[in-house]
Amino acid sequence: MTSPTAQGAASAAPAWGLARSLANRTTRSLLSVALTFLGLTCVTFFIGRVIPIDPVLAIVGDKASAETYARVRAEIGLDLPIPVQYWRYLVKVVHGDFGNSVITSRPVLHDLLQVFPATLELALLALLIGVVAGVPMGVLAATHRGRWQDQVIRFLSLLGYSMPVFWLGLIGLLLFYARLGWVEGPGRLDVAFDDIVAPIIGMITIDSLLAGEYEVFWNAFWHLLLPASILGYLSLAYVARMTRSFMLAQLRQEYVLAALAKGLSPWRVVWVHALGNVWVQLVTVIALTFGSLLEGAVLTETVFAWPGLGLYMKNSLFNADLNAVLGATVLVGVVYIGLNMISDLIYPLVDPRARDQ
Amino acid sequence: MATAPVPGTARAWLLSPAPASRRQARFGRWYRAWLGFRRNPLAMSGLAIVALLVLMAVFAPLIVDPQSATLQVLQDRLQPASWQHPFGTDELGRDIFARVVFGSRITLTIVVMVGVIVVPVGLAIGLPAGYFGGVVDTVLMRITDIFLAFPRLVLALAFAAALGPGIENAVIAIALTAWPPYARLARAETLTCRRAEFIQAAELQGASHLRIIATQIVPLCLPSVIIRLTLDMAGIILTAAGLGFLGLGAQPPAPEWGAMVSSGRQVLLDQWWVATIPGLAIFIVSLGFNLLGDGLRDASDSRS
Repeated sequence: MTSPTAQGAASAAPAWGLARSLANRTTRSLLSVALTFLGLTCVTFFIGRVIPIDPVLAIVGDKASAETYARVRAEIGLDLPIPVQYWRYLVKVVHGDFGNSVITSRPVLHDLLQVFPATLELALLALLIGVVAGVPMGVLAATHRGRWQDQVIRFLSLLGYSMPVFWLGLIGLLLFYARLGWVEGPGRLDVAFDDIVAPIIGMITIDSLLAGEYEVFWNAFWHLLLPASILGYLSLAYVARMTRSFMLAQLRQEYVLAALAKGLSPWRVVWVHALGNVWVQLVTVIALTFGSLLEGAVLTETVFAWPGLGLYMKNSLFNADLNAVLGATVLVGVVYIGLNMISDLIYPLVDPRARDQ
Repeated sequence: MATAPVPGTARAWLLSPAPASRRQARFGRWYRAWLGFRRNPLAMSGLAIVALLVLMAVFAPLIVDPQSATLQVLQDRLQPASWQHPFGTDELGRDIFARVVFGSRITLTIVVMVGVIVVPVGLAIGLPAGYFGGVVDTVLMRITDIFLAFPRLVLALAFAAALGPGIENAVIAIALTAWPPYARLARAETLTCRRAEFIQAAELQGASHLRIIATQIVPLCLPSVIIRLTLDMAGIILTAAGLGFLGLGAQPPAPEWGAMVSSGRQVLLDQWWVATIPGLAIFIVSLGFNLLGDGLRDASDSRS
């Protein structure tokens, strides 16, 4: 019999290893996050500089004297060396200061925080649809490799890969809203339901449930369903395809044969043993999908007049509101980088093998 | 092969198990890959779609009257399909068929230009990284990773916004965000052959680094880079069409498919074809590239 201390040490060792590997990973991924963030701000800074519009001219007008022009130029800091200008820009961005929006004349960050929940609501439901439908489809395609189920699922995901999302959105509106009347049209709510629910987290479906306004919830839900399904289809295509190839790799392993040989039901081997190992890789795929959903939202929101980040960005683009465009770019970039980091960090939590590296 | 080649024919020359020259060996390899590719009906339909797109773009003025793509006949606006206008007319009375045909030129231009930029840039970053390793590798791959972590469409949007709308700027915007995978691929391919004996032989003969990279490594990288490019084409077409749809690609009256979908939005409920037909064209072409790319990948896998 082992002593209590040895027992304690034995059980503490894996936990300690996990903690140490987590710490290592965190340091490494924080470093790469910082680098990527610097790169991102370099690019947005560069875009802000190369834009053909002269920001000084926009302030003083073309009738101003040369002195006024020079004074305003110095006030904005455009006469400083580029590295100094970049440093100033970086400090501002880190403090969440993206300048004021030309259209709304409010700070860009304020605008962004107001529109972001709408995009998040859309992307989250789309991701849910993509994962809940895509993973089983991928598993099914892998277990029925080469048969009609596989062909159908591969074809469906190929269609999703090739479909222009804005066009699919228009077709969806034409079919399910205008012709069949199954869902509600563009926008987040019918006008009659506007301003009933005060925003709590900004996602109307959740806010209305919290407030107990079920009629508002259902209206918001039927507005949300079509754009989310269309975005969800795109993520489904990707998730199903990746799940299929991961599953095929797992099903070739010997442990599957061993599990079947010892008499486990094939159902259990596929859905518990093999899929359990696939989840590890799927975490990364899902994080990447979520990032691409935020992007797809730009086009989908334009089609569905969905007042989120994408529509905000598009409207800012056409009003030459560069502060707003660059602010939104940085926000999406930060979310993107954050997703990459999170998928990096939860890897060792779901996969014991990754802890020993 | 199902039947043994008849001696003396081109087929026999190509399939000869003992090629007499380098050229014969190379052509024979290509021919065998083609035979494998030909057995894949999906890949063949992809090839057919892409070939059709190229033919349509090249012979556009012979298929329809060049003027009709931009000719506005206002009394004929929003006509449904007829013999005169197979796909109907748009909100300015322009023939949608002619616009789709001429739009293929814009799509093909964008795709070719992006490819022409992205492949050399990717090779220029990836090859030295894999070949020299060490600090060069770390720095170049770090830069690649940074660009890889960017949201593609959003960054392209920001670029297009800064540079102004137009095809050239759309191409630059897409290319700037599309090169990192090629650098990764070129690096990986270089690493697999960096220590090979034929490279050492070339080094011993006194070949310079540049010469070794250009004559020994690049030819080995190209097949996988080209397959990757074919697979990427669909995404490039979709991004370009998305920029066009948002009004950041080719400017009116150019018959860009994404912009055509956008202009059909206003009349979607009553004249569905105005937005649907160009969208269908985008979809079919990107499907074609996806099928072709998948087929090429499978054919190259079975060879190795």
